[in-house]
Amino acid sequence: MKQISIGDRKLALTNIVFAYIAFLIGTFCGLLQVFIRNDALTLPSWLDYYQVLTAHGVLLALIFTTYFIFGFLISGMSHSLGAFGPKVRLFSWIGFIITTAGTLLAIVEILAGRASVLYTFYAPLQASGWYYVGLALFVVGTWIYSFALIGHYVKWKKQHKKQLSPLFAFMTISTLILWLIACLGVVATVLFQFIPWAFGWVDTINVELSRSLFWYFGHPLVYFWLLPAYMAWYVIVPKIIGGRVFSDSLARLSFVLFILFSIPVGFHHQLTEPGISSFWKFLQTVLTFMVIIPSLMTAFSMFGTFEKTGRQKGATGLFGWFFKLPWKDVRFTSLFIAMFFFIPGGAGGIINASFQLNEVIHNTLWVVGHFHITVGTPVAMTFMGLTFWLIPYLTGRRLTKSIQKLAFIQVISWSTGMLLMSTSQHILGLLGAPRRTSYAGYMKDPTALEWFNGILSNHVTMAIGGTILFLSAMLLIYIVFNTLFFAPKATTEKEQVEFPMAESDLEQTPKYLENWWIWICIAFALIAFAYTIPLSEMIHHAPPGSSGYKTW
Amino acid sequence: MHIHKYEKIWLGFGIFSLVLFLSIIGVTAFAFNHHPAGGMETIDPEKLEQTAPFDHPGVHQIDEDTYEVVIVAKTFGYDPPEIKVPAGKKIIFKVASADVSHSFSIVNTNVNMMVIPGQINTKEYTFDKPGQYLVICNEYCGTGHHFMKTSIEVIE
Ligand code: HEM
Ligand SMILES: [Cu+2]
Ligand SMILES: [Cu+2]
Repeated sequence: MKQISIGDRKLALTNIVFAYIAFLIGTFCGLLQVFIRNDALTLPSWLDYYQVLTAHGVLLALIFTTYFIFGFLISGMSHSLGAFGPKVRLFSWIGFIITTAGTLLAIVEILAGRASVLYTFYAPLQASGWYYVGLALFVVGTWIYSFALIGHYVKWKKQHKKQLSPLFAFMTISTLILWLIACLGVVATVLFQFIPWAFGWVDTINVELSRSLFWYFGHPLVYFWLLPAYMAWYVIVPKIIGGRVFSDSLARLSFVLFILFSIPVGFHHQLTEPGISSFWKFLQTVLTFMVIIPSLMTAFSMFGTFEKTGRQKGATGLFGWFFKLPWKDVRFTSLFIAMFFFIPGGAGGIINASFQLNEVIHNTLWVVGHFHITVGTPVAMTFMGLTFWLIPYLTGRRLTKSIQKLAFIQVISWSTGMLLMSTSQHILGLLGAPRRTSYAGYMKDPTALEWFNGILSNHVTMAIGGTILFLSAMLLIYIVFNTLFFAPKATTEKEQVEFPMAESDLEQTPKYLENWWIWICIAFALIAFAYTIPLSEMIHHAPPGSSGYKTW
Repeated sequence: MHIHKYEKIWLGFGIFSLVLFLSIIGVTAFAFNHHPAGGMETIDPEKLEQTAPFDHPGVHQIDEDTYEVVIVAKTFGYDPPEIKVPAGKKIIFKVASADVSHSFSIVNTNVNMMVIPGQINTKEYTFDKPGQYLVICNEYCGTGHHFMKTSIEVIE
């Protein structure tokens, strides 16, 4: 049994532990939110709903996801390409330290009440300058990590001339390229707009430009969360069910398409705002919809693998394969449920991006429901499913029967909680209830009170869902703790937990798929096409800028 | 590149749905003029009181069938506090912010406008039914965000 080198294991584990500390505090904030919203809980005067919400968004959407992703990518890259050299390891640690310094700085500012601007930090709400410095350090740190991993890959490529890299490595590099290009937007706005303005070096800020640069980053950010989950679906799932990757070239092509079509589409978050002409909004809507193709390709691959493997095991009929799937294996069941949530999640995304339909749901609770069944479940639950074996794999401990049982309870309670909470959020949103609000009754306005009269859309359902979720999160923390420190060590080969990485056939994969320069150039061409004119309009026909406001 | 037969069928289905969805959106947008709220006019957010039309927020009749409603959004309320418009007439909403970003969203209609400082947002709407409509701010704007509301009275 192959286990990765000790140095790489430490690196990966440290990242995963940090992810789960963020998860613990972040989900606790989520629990507070559902109770504050229905007035069942009043916070002490030094703590404010929007401060809690800022912490929730930052800790879960940015910190939990990023640390976990790097923990996963580091383990997988070390597993598939071999142990890191001293340079790669050093730079990964430097990246970790800078990212962590940024995280801590941002958290301190949030706790001190100087940054209740939510994780989208829209101008002209003005947090303390150090909050933005924290965010910048966070991003710069992840760049160093990314370049360390890319360095490891380049070295492998040099030693294996003319060979295609393993699928896992290919997908890691795609994810990192997407991340590096996406971050250019947020780095530009934070360094050149927010920091000078928050420290008082300039008086005003161009609000519409800052929003557009934020969303240039904000949309591909969701693909940075999603692609590692897709990696698990493409590469880990086939191995667990005893099959192979359905088609190596299809998998690679879909990742390339995600790089191309996830960045030049940020305007679909800005469809109801002025300052961008209808034509450019529509153009980005078109580019947004392109993502349907790689998404459907992924769905095809998944079901293709299920059926092919099922037939090899003797399944017959149209749906016989379904019963051949290893439902008793929590490593599989967790990922399958996660994928399942992505079906309504993806459909909801198409609605959100639909030019005019967006007006119906923009900034309502529907959106909150939407990302809890995309990021909060497919992504987060895939990470949970990976955690069950990744930590034992990295610590050399056993995945005991009792832990597997707990893992099942955890996954099922998370799905139940999410189903309740997100259904209620979707319905409330359709009725018109807004997102990002503390108490939502609008001083007993009759229209507002009516929202909460439904069977599912009442004040109780969301709170029950949220409570189940929180309990499930605590169970997960217990599993993490146990497999980190207490589960018995694996002594025999058989007890050792493996990194399930499926084989993929490279013979028919065209070489140009791994020619990154082609894809990077096309990506930049698409970005230039979608952004140059509207952004230059925002700069040249800018209104007088806004000074900063602290309205919390 | 080798592509499996089923893959081809499925890709065809994908591309077909893509074209179908986009045509529906395109036709409703450009043939029926269904565009989301927007506008390219700019304004100095700190001088709204001196700049027309925001120096006189309120309901203005433009002609027999058209009304313009000029609204200033600011933490945490709207100016004018009371809006009364007739049903069945074209209403042009024009909003601008005096401070941070807000929204002007009329519940039970598809009027959902972001109010970004420095920009004027415009949306046309015709109310079919008379009644009292709740307007809320659905863009986080500060501690009073969840109190930021007004209402529109639509009369016969
Ligand atoms: C115990 C589990 C959770 C509960 C009870 C919960 C609850 C909530 C609630 C009630 C809101 C809406 C607040 C509002 O609009 O007023 C919210 C927002 C949000 N949640 Fe969660 N959530 C949970 C887990 C997660 C997870 C796992 C993620 C992502 C990995 C996540 C990401 C977000 C984000 C990004 C927001 C939006 C923050 C913003 O609008 O600034 N949540 N959550
Ligand atoms: Cu407001
Ligand atoms: Cu608001």
